[in-house]
Amino acid sequence: MNSIATLLALSCIFLLGSSRLLMSIRMVAFQGLLLGILPLAAAGDSHLSLALIFLSLASIALKSILLPWLLNKAMVDSGTRREIEPFISFGASMLLGLFLLAVSGWIVDKLQATEPVPSPVTLIAGFYLVFSGLLLLITRRKALTQTLGFLVLENGVFTAGLSLGSEFSVMVELGILLDVFVGIFLMGIMLFHIDREFDHLDADRFNELSDLEIAASPDEEVTE
Amino acid sequence: MISIHSVVFFILTLLLAPALPGIINKVKAFFGGKMGPPVLQLYYDIAKLMRKSAAYSQTASMVTRLAPVVIFFSTLGAALLVPFFFSEACCRFAGDVILMAYLLGIGRFFMVIAAMDRGSAFEGMGASREVLYSALAEPAFFCGLLVLINETGDLSLSGIFSGLSTELWRQNPAIMLLIAVSWMIVLLTENARIPVDDPNTHLELTMIHEVMILDYSSKDLGLIEYASALKLWLFSSLLVGLTITAGAVPSYLHIPVFMLGMCAVAVIIGCVESTIARLRLIHIPKFIVGSGALAIIALILKIAGN
Repeated sequence: MNSIATLLALSCIFLLGSSRLLMSIRMVAFQGLLLGILPLAAAGDSHLSLALIFLSLASIALKSILLPWLLNKAMVDSGTRREIEPFISFGASMLLGLFLLAVSGWIVDKLQATEPVPSPVTLIAGFYLVFSGLLLLITRRKALTQTLGFLVLENGVFTAGLSLGSEFSVMVELGILLDVFVGIFLMGIMLFHIDREFDHLDADRFNELSDLEIAASPDEEVTE
Repeated sequence: MISIHSVVFFILTLLLAPALPGIINKVKAFFGGKMGPPVLQLYYDIAKLMRKSAAYSQTASMVTRLAPVVIFFSTLGAALLVPFFFSEACCRFAGDVILMAYLLGIGRFFMVIAAMDRGSAFEGMGASREVLYSALAEPAFFCGLLVLINETGDLSLSGIFSGLSTELWRQNPAIMLLIAVSWMIVLLTENARIPVDDPNTHLELTMIHEVMILDYSSKDLGLIEYASALKLWLFSSLLVGLTITAGAVPSYLHIPVFMLGMCAVAVIIGCVESTIARLRLIHIPKFIVGSGALAIIALILKIAGN
């Protein structure tokens, strides 16, 4: 379980540093695969149930096959450039990522002071996935990469929930999976429409949509 | 106390160090389908350089003359602290890990100020890059050391490396593997190998280590070449000590296994250099920060595991 959590954290560092969209999508797919295995590893041999295996298979099918395929299709159809355009440099976002890793370690350390956590490393990985998902959401320019950030965020919530050893019911988890699927599906459709409407997926340029008239500054009025 | 063993192996280290780059070059030549220079080429080069007289630039001050000697002796000092796989180092005391890292740091500092001393713009660029990359590699090295200190409960290099055992690898394979990979990257960075720096490049704009020693000739160059070979040897022997662990090998096999390990590290470096292209300069910090990430994850795993 610890090694899966390590791989999850490493894949996040990779996502923060990767400059290629296709590699990032594949990395998120790999995270989905790891997340599919994680419940099985957490349950151990003794508690393996049919429902759990079904859930894990459904999660793998959805997160590491269907959604990446959808995102890939959105990428190809919209003809976006393959490079990711971040607001801050890749080196800086990796350093920030390391800082966030330390922060998540610190938070879990504080949490453990009040109540022991069954699997601290997995909880750290969960927090870290949430943080780096947020970081990906705010530092990347394209709508597509922001979708990836959202997926990483959701993966983090899943991991954190699993690490707390809570009894999770299959119905609830399936419901969440359905939610995520519908969410990403809607985002895919939206990306498609945005692309048709504006010829690009650059979220930074969407502020031009604003209905508000931007008040021209006084000296500009003078010159006009 | 200094044992005879330690002294003998220290002298052996000094004698064998220049052979390591030779093995790397042989591997690279093999990949290129060439014969390549002989394994002992660096010995010939150093012997040739030692017979020549030096030429200095007119703008150079005494720093330029001082630097090779400082670089040589600081590396020698670091070599005194690094254990020879199974036998203790000549010097050991609690905290010598920091002394070892910063003796190499002093060498680097003098190389950098000497590069800036000679008034060449190219050398200044090389110096700036060297400082940036080594600053990024340092946390990775120390985080790895921190984990090992935590594992073995000893603050000296000799203590750490004699405390390592296969038991650690069995208990925490993830941690040890992370440290090994991150130290491999640190080794490539510190010793100016591909993918961070190309030891064979002849374009000043892309060089890092080579550009800094561009103006040196004769004995000075010989000392620096020897010091960098020795530094490569030290980092490789740390890596061998980490991965093979002296405790796992019966004592009569220590020397052959260690030599095989060093050759293996050289072959790995040669393979890396032959198969991977040098990274673009803007991508190098990412690569080195990545090694820091591996080491920090190992540290967190270790802390969370306690």
